[in-house]
Amino acid sequence: MTDFLMDDIGLSHALAVLIAQTLGVFVVAMFGLLWTLLGIWIERKIAGRMQDRIGPNRVGPFGLVQTIADMVKIIVKEDIVPRGADRWVFNLAPILSVMGVMLLWVVVPFSAGWIGTDLSIGALYLIAAGSLGNIAVLMAGWASNNKFALVGAFRAIAQLISYEVPMVLALLIPVLMAGSLSTQEIVREQHIMYAIAVPLTLLIFLVSSQAEMGRGPFDLLEAESELVAGYQTEYAGMKFGMFYVAEFLHAFTAGVLTAIFFLGGWRGPWAEDVHILGFVYLMIKSMAAYFVLIWLRMTVPRLRIDQLLNFNWKFLVPVSLINLLVVAFVWKLIPDTDTINSLEDALLPTAALLVANGIMIGVIGWALRERGRRERARIASIYAQPAAGD
Amino acid sequence: MVPLWMYLVVAAGLFCIGMYGVLSRRNAVAILMSIELMLNAVNINLVAFWRYLTPERIGGQVFAAFVFVVAAAETAVGLALILMIYRRRQTVVVEDVDLLKW
Amino acid sequence: MEITFQSLTFLIFSVVTLGAALMVVTTRNLFHAALYLMLSLFGVAGLFILLSAPLIAGFQVVVYIGAIAILIIFAIMLTPQVMQVVGVRNNQWMLSLGLAVFFFLMLVSVVSPFMDEVGVEDWSTDFKEDNPAAVPDDTLVDFGQSIVDSQRYLLPFEIASILLMAALIGAVLLVSPPNKAKAKRQPIYDARDEMEVQQGPSEQSAAGD
Repeated sequence: MTDFLMDDIGLSHALAVLIAQTLGVFVVAMFGLLWTLLGIWIERKIAGRMQDRIGPNRVGPFGLVQTIADMVKIIVKEDIVPRGADRWVFNLAPILSVMGVMLLWVVVPFSAGWIGTDLSIGALYLIAAGSLGNIAVLMAGWASNNKFALVGAFRAIAQLISYEVPMVLALLIPVLMAGSLSTQEIVREQHIMYAIAVPLTLLIFLVSSQAEMGRGPFDLLEAESELVAGYQTEYAGMKFGMFYVAEFLHAFTAGVLTAIFFLGGWRGPWAEDVHILGFVYLMIKSMAAYFVLIWLRMTVPRLRIDQLLNFNWKFLVPVSLINLLVVAFVWKLIPDTDTINSLEDALLPTAALLVANGIMIGVIGWALRERGRRERARIASIYAQPAAGD
Repeated sequence: MVPLWMYLVVAAGLFCIGMYGVLSRRNAVAILMSIELMLNAVNINLVAFWRYLTPERIGGQVFAAFVFVVAAAETAVGLALILMIYRRRQTVVVEDVDLLKW
Repeated sequence: MEITFQSLTFLIFSVVTLGAALMVVTTRNLFHAALYLMLSLFGVAGLFILLSAPLIAGFQVVVYIGAIAILIIFAIMLTPQVMQVVGVRNNQWMLSLGLAVFFFLMLVSVVSPFMDEVGVEDWSTDFKEDNPAAVPDDTLVDFGQSIVDSQRYLLPFEIASILLMAALIGAVLLVSPPNKAKAKRQPIYDARDEMEVQQGPSEQSAAGD
């Protein structure tokens, strides 16, 4: 692209780079936004089927045009800013929210050669860009001048910051195994996808990223029955639409990140040579991960706020810390983990890590079962006693 | 590249703005924010000196990272103190918290 | 110095940083001040990227914007009377402004080459460096290794972790209610509540008899 601009049109180097980069930004951003149109339909369809409904089926064939109809509706709605709202902050929040998600796509390696920028600090960048979303939630909650919005924002931040800890600890493991922070490098190093070697980490990552985007059993930040709609209570029209798009895109991006860090990204047969194949593989893997996330969201009931925080700090964080220690220890124990260049090299470490993970999962499962048994016994004993009033 | 002294001037400006904030604001949280500005000015200097004078040695970056650690610890304890004072005395104005003066 | 893409970005980032910093110390609304603080810290992160230290820029965003700034906003929201502070500045603000300006001029006179031109002896050519050696490729790896190398920064690293641990414990101890140890923990959900609700109607009917 840059070469074409420089040689055939005769632009200066700086200008050519600038134009090529801007075009790249447009392509990546547009892909994300256009994908949303289709993705929302897919999600609603899957969710509908899971709840024994049909899902959108009126507008267009199979309801495919439903999202566009919704979009038109949401754009023509009146734009309301509540009295006493902090106008600037109020309007800035939805933009930041979408921006925080779009920025994540910069380091997504679509295929062997297609990546926005192969940053040397890719994984750290993902965490950094993700924190923009937190600010957007805080700004929205505070600027709305509404108690539900404020309480929603409080809860949201408590949740988002807490679950960032296990997510970062889980992300550290692919980074440790690949020996690099760059996303492209992590994909290249996965001769056997990391999901096989460290399934426990994959589970931790899925659960904490589900909580990070405030969906599924963790949708306390907008629990309708308690908080109206949380931090987005006062938003109407396209501004609400932007929060909606951000939430959807974040969910799908979580699927993409799972695919990159644990499912081998664009890797697959002939993906090195035919770049479009790598892209297809990445999308298939992302959809698989995303499907699991929707599944979780649709089947598990919402937690209470104290359960949510207890689950994080008393279960998820200790587990991910122990997991990190064990994986690092096993990784150091196996010889030649620095020079894994082929499938054969990766077999031994993967097998060893799989065994270690199996033991860890067994121990954790046993502990959880014991805990559940004790809890049931406790509740039963309370019921057995006569109540205090008698 | 931009000469080194320009970075140093920006850092000096940031430091002095932070200093003005620390000395002149009445609100304890605002004072804490100004301290963050001053710490950032120090970090700019550390990284700039690393980049321009000793790029082959990592010391400057490591020190900047330690400044982050100190800043995080300082904010956590500082805000806990402010919340505590607020709970006891319903104020965050530093001039009102002068019990030790007598 | 000719105007290049890099010098232009430097200009933008420094103006953003300093402008936002000025707003932090002068804005009346504390929430806005915290948002400006974030903007200022973003500007500093941009400067770090220009200085080819992306790792530090990443830390800057994660630690400062992702954690410290949000913590500060949290504190602002938890102390609602913070908003009602009457005056932004105390009565020594003139003095501190003077001091800050004096300090700034002094620092600038030390580091900038303007003093050269008015005849002050040039005592450091380092500050005029504008073509430094290239950064080695493996800065990231070197950084990681240097903090676990006992010959280099292992000890400061360990001390830093102890400091963080102490801050963590200190902050938790400070904000936890003083009588927590004595007060019996009240569970939010108690199975007995449910039982009483279930028994409700029968008790009522007993009272009616």
